[in-house]
Amino acid sequence: MLLLSSVAEHIYWMARYIERAENTARIILVHNNLMLDMPRSIAIGWDPLVYIMGNMEQFRERYEDTGERNVVRFLVADRHNPDCISCSLAQARENLRTTRAIVPRAAWETLNDLYEFTRENATSGINRRGRYSYMKRVVDSCQLFTGKLSGTMSHDLTYEFLRIGRNMERADMTSRVIDVRATNLLPKQTDELKPFDDIQWKSVLDSLMAYQMYRRHVHVRVRGRQALQFLLQEEEFPRSVHYCLAEVGYCLRRLPGNEAALRVLGRAQRMVQEVGIADIVTAGLNDFVNDLQLVHAELHDQLVTTYFKVAEDIA
Amino acid sequence: MAIRWKDYSSDASYDELITSHGRARKSAQHAVRYISSLSDEEWRERRDAAELAMRVMGITFTVYNDEGGGIDRVWPFDIIPRIIPAREWRTTEAGLQQRATALNLFIADIYGAQRIIKDRVFPRDLLAKSVNFRKQCMGVRPPLDVWAHICGSDLVRDRDGKLYVLEDNLRVPSGVSYMLENRLVMKRVFPELFEDNSILPVDGYPTRLFDTLASLSPRPADYPTVVVLSPGIYNSAYFEHSYLAQQMGVELVVGRDLVVIDDDCVYLRTVGGLERVDVIYRRVDDLFLDPEVFHADSVLGVPGLIRAWSAGNVAIANAPGAGVADDKVVYAFVPDMIRYYLDEQPILPNVETYLCMEEQQRGFVLANLDKLVVKPANESGGYGMLVGPFASKAERRKFAGLIRQDPRNYIAQPTLSLSTTPTLCDGHVEPRHIDLRPFILSGESSHVTRGGLTRVALKKGSLVVNSSQGGGSKDTWVVDTGDH
Repeated sequence: MLLLSSVAEHIYWMARYIERAENTARIILVHNNLMLDMPRSIAIGWDPLVYIMGNMEQFRERYEDTGERNVVRFLVADRHNPDCISCSLAQARENLRTTRAIVPRAAWETLNDLYEFTRENATSGINRRGRYSYMKRVVDSCQLFTGKLSGTMSHDLTYEFLRIGRNMERADMTSRVIDVRATNLLPKQTDELKPFDDIQWKSVLDSLMAYQMYRRHVHVRVRGRQALQFLLQEEEFPRSVHYCLAEVGYCLRRLPGNEAALRVLGRAQRMVQEVGIADIVTAGLNDFVNDLQLVHAELHDQLVTTYFKVAEDIA
Repeated sequence: MAIRWKDYSSDASYDELITSHGRARKSAQHAVRYISSLSDEEWRERRDAAELAMRVMGITFTVYNDEGGGIDRVWPFDIIPRIIPAREWRTTEAGLQQRATALNLFIADIYGAQRIIKDRVFPRDLLAKSVNFRKQCMGVRPPLDVWAHICGSDLVRDRDGKLYVLEDNLRVPSGVSYMLENRLVMKRVFPELFEDNSILPVDGYPTRLFDTLASLSPRPADYPTVVVLSPGIYNSAYFEHSYLAQQMGVELVVGRDLVVIDDDCVYLRTVGGLERVDVIYRRVDDLFLDPEVFHADSVLGVPGLIRAWSAGNVAIANAPGAGVADDKVVYAFVPDMIRYYLDEQPILPNVETYLCMEEQQRGFVLANLDKLVVKPANESGGYGMLVGPFASKAERRKFAGLIRQDPRNYIAQPTLSLSTTPTLCDGHVEPRHIDLRPFILSGESSHVTRGGLTRVALKKGSLVVNSSQGGGSKDTWVVDTGDH
């Protein structure tokens, strides 16, 4: 089958941006709920959200403090933040517009509709009162979009790039959430939970839609190490890092010229599978996530070299 | 809404739907009766439904602005259809085919033996000064000897009720996607009208276009690789490029997706390596196609493309250089071409045209600038025109100067009173001026769209229908009432 390099690249980015918009909306939604449950004495604030998105520098340039309103505005509709929900959707839409000939029309309509919605309703997304329905609409529409593609687009090579993009973004997001939210929650020695740790752990899992599946798989109340293990190594949960990387591998094996990318992927997979959760907890979660992020970035670069920049030496 | 057709007056213009006595024309009777029966509330609902459909479908055109983001705009759409009787359309269709055939013979002749010049039917001087003549194309023989595979000719109806050809677009004519999408919107909004009327379908166009393109392939034995070459997402017609690629099931590409290598063949950059291309439906202007031959700094094109085309290794539609016939001065010679190449009388008349390069005619134009429309030979989109009756003295003086300076570049035509059709304006129905752009395909066989794209000037009294200047569009129905 014929698949243009540029199309593969657009599809890959479209999938990443859709996933990013969905994840950002869910994280805001979950954090919002958490803040309502937490006593004032335990101040977690809104800044973790900016850290998760990895945009603290841009944020500081634009805002004085990490108050609720600033953070939510920054994440929902601030055109200086390329990862905000409306910018992500605009990017996804631009990429899809470039590949409209390939993606089923019904999916385009969903995305276009959502894009118009977020543009027109940004204020209500930022305000407390409208926030829930705004975020819910974003999450639901993104899932509808993903579902339409899954149900109506041929699962050909083009679709593999969509899945690769989606799973690269999920793996990235899961590792960021772990990095920012779990570090402070993990007790160094014991499994004892401080008050309110359990609802915080629950919110970490919720941010990745993992709570219900965690309860089904792990059968215990939420504990830090088990939650961490679930998010990193669970073989059957679609947002665990392990699962996402396995998906990328599955797709890659169907693509031509995949050797170099598979080698990098293999390293990432070994890192995740072979690490002991107890060791990470003692040695420091941040270092582990940093290494993971590096190999993730390397995998992305390899995809670019192999598939998106074909025969660039000629003209 | 209770429309009082008796009060509906389009003054001196011919109205497409309503006679001067306030009655519906035969082919429009059914639709007009239905339209009149709708309440205000129903009108609003239908209009909103149409707007929503356009937005959800993402039917847009691009406007250039400096702000980031908002580059897409929904093109204004009017929900009252323009209706053409099938009987009239059959003649029009024959006239358009005749015209496209003659134009193709002319282009092939110009880049070949130039018989028409030797026989003194077409002046040699004109060619020398044509900005769309490409000397690099001399001697090239494209497949089937066809150069203009897709032609968009603009038709207008004057107050005498006759259709005239206003111009022929042979470079990269656009608008056909709106014709197709308008029909989809109307089917969503007025399904009941389609049940009771015999409205000829338009949706066969993409298949016909693909067949036309495929018939040009240099490797006829294989299933051809056809691509649509677009300047990219910032081009105002990008929506259409993407739409047509999608409807034909072919790849939409930009210049950097293509590469010409040592064997003088064109290839696509794909995730599996390079793949050969057979036919390029290009929506990029000639001068940007190949930096090796034309504008050296163009990044929209593909270096080596003209080399590959001249060698016959790839077909390009429309062929480079086809625009030589897309010139308002050359236009004036089309009736002569029809007589010269086909030995037939033109079925569709030209608008009377004065050539400023001819001394006598120039004198007439200069003396009558307040009555005429003056057009430069090679502008499109309605730019650079003088509409005499509406122009200021200063503007007329300016044009008189321009004409004297470069007479070859200007033609003049009488100010036509474009026909009108009922249009929904601010909650009531008023006449608005329209034109029509049908599309003619020429390859192994020839095909004309059923109707075409009707553009409407939404401002009261305005004659400018271009999307960039306050125009909108309508669905165009060719309605068969059974009489022959």
